[in-house]
Amino acid sequence: MSVLDIARPATDYVAPQKTVAAAAIDARISEIHYGKFLAVRDTNIAIEKNKITGFIGPSGCGKSTVLRSLNRMNDLIPSFRLEGQVQFLGQDIYARNIDPVVVRRHIGMVFQQPNPFSMSIFENVAFGLRLNRYKGDYKQRVEYALRRAGLWDEVKDKLKENGLALSGGQQQRLCIARAIATEPTVLLMDEPCSALDPIATRIIEELMLDLKKDYTVAIVTHNMQQAMRVADTTAFFSVDISRGGRTGFLCEAGDTEQIFHDPKQDLTKRYISGEFS
Amino acid sequence: MSSTDFKQDSGRSASRPPTTGDIIADRVFRGGAYAAGALVVLLLIYILWEIGFRAMPAIERYGFGFLTSAVWDPGQEKFGVLAEIWGTLYSSVLALVIAAFFGVGVAIFLTQDFLDARLAQVFRTVIEMLAAIPSVVYGLWGIYVVIPALRPVAGFLNETFGWFPMFSSSFSGPSMAPAVIVLAIMVLPTVAAISQDAFSLIPYKTKEAAFGMGTTRWEAITKVMIPTATSGIFASLVLGFGRALGETMALAMLIGNSNQISWSLFSPANTLASLLASQFPEASGIETQALMYAAIVLLVISLAVNVVGTLIMAMSSKQKVG
Repeated sequence: MSVLDIARPATDYVAPQKTVAAAAIDARISEIHYGKFLAVRDTNIAIEKNKITGFIGPSGCGKSTVLRSLNRMNDLIPSFRLEGQVQFLGQDIYARNIDPVVVRRHIGMVFQQPNPFSMSIFENVAFGLRLNRYKGDYKQRVEYALRRAGLWDEVKDKLKENGLALSGGQQQRLCIARAIATEPTVLLMDEPCSALDPIATRIIEELMLDLKKDYTVAIVTHNMQQAMRVADTTAFFSVDISRGGRTGFLCEAGDTEQIFHDPKQDLTKRYISGEFS
Repeated sequence: MSSTDFKQDSGRSASRPPTTGDIIADRVFRGGAYAAGALVVLLLIYILWEIGFRAMPAIERYGFGFLTSAVWDPGQEKFGVLAEIWGTLYSSVLALVIAAFFGVGVAIFLTQDFLDARLAQVFRTVIEMLAAIPSVVYGLWGIYVVIPALRPVAGFLNETFGWFPMFSSSFSGPSMAPAVIVLAIMVLPTVAAISQDAFSLIPYKTKEAAFGMGTTRWEAITKVMIPTATSGIFASLVLGFGRALGETMALAMLIGNSNQISWSLFSPANTLASLLASQFPEASGIETQALMYAAIVLLVISLAVNVVGTLIMAMSSKQKVG
């Protein structure tokens, strides 16, 4: 059985919108285009407050594209176009009067590849504070962010060293510290562990569980076990190739427990059983 | 020249050791590469030795006084290059400041998505073509275009801001100002090209990180891209400075070849390279030896700039790594 056969039955299926009272982000995306290419269709998903929402699905299913649409990172790609709405605290972030820069200051992001700036560890974490013209105790704020990111003890004696001198796992935690130093409302993580070894991955997963007390987290992961370990809600995306291109869509979303043990969709069932990836 | 091979049982494997011919080719290539490398070093030593040998009589006769005197009088056999050292450094620094401003500006403009990629490539090529214009053509352009264009501006600046040292004399035609402007244009392609490389080498993920933190485009450039590209920009300035120090023909045509030390942009001055170019044809005896001494001074300044620049870059990259 090929992926082709799997993708077909769900052609016109639209996952029902779950009504959630405490959603930090409520996305109702009908279409995302890159130029003429339809990358994502019919994806309605809510990111609940103080929970971790995991996005899983095979490659090319649009999970990263959807995640990046939640803080308008995709606007960096000139041909990007979104139809629909993404409500963040009651406002559509794609409304005409919204500046994407402001959106990104409230919805932080951690990327697949660790990407600290070529500056000192301290300045990396203080970057967002300076950007937002924070008037307060920088030292305290930086220390707090580094402690939350579980990096403080490793770097407290070398805060002046360049962030790029750290190991990959440390760099990723530095990026997390950088993202949370300004205390954004939501933290988006795009496969944050895919470039890391199992130990560093473990540390970051524990960190995520700790962070959800104060933040709302959405994470894209290619690793189903990771979603099972950390996510409260899991969204399964799939690929629809019936219209020529590879179009991603949200197939099923629900409590992680339910998605992994009692999936309602046949596609979900086959994906989590490892039939395709 | 045969080496041990691993014998296989089946004989089906295609793996064989390199042939004698392959090994000879490898060794010949390696030897050739070493020889070419050594030749460059030897050539530099030979040039230094040869010029030093010819300059020896002047070095013995004038010593360090050569560097602190500003008189160049072949009649009385009195020679000193203080004015030329001053003119060389002053013109190069000013030209570099202008070229750095525009060169780095151009690099940002061409690499930070302000232009459509194809148009940016056109601009890049045009700027690189500036480097292909012969020095003497720049000199002619300076004489026929820059100097006449500067005359009214310089007159105004001297009359209105004459108290400011840089505008403190009346415009003499060939002088520091046109020399600096033309020199800046000549150095610009070097600065622009190498800073462009520095910006292009910044990975996309760094740009993403900046925008992900919620920077505006201006903030991303000033707070992330420029700091990240610093060492490359610095390298472009060192190379540009080296180029400015040694530039000869255009300066000999524009700077006025006068041995004076002045802050004023409108006074004629001289540089080491243009001194060599303008005096050499008629020099003989001790003056030739003095010019050789001047050449050594120029060589030492250029080498010092490159060595210090390289050291600073090495230090900053060491800091980065660990």
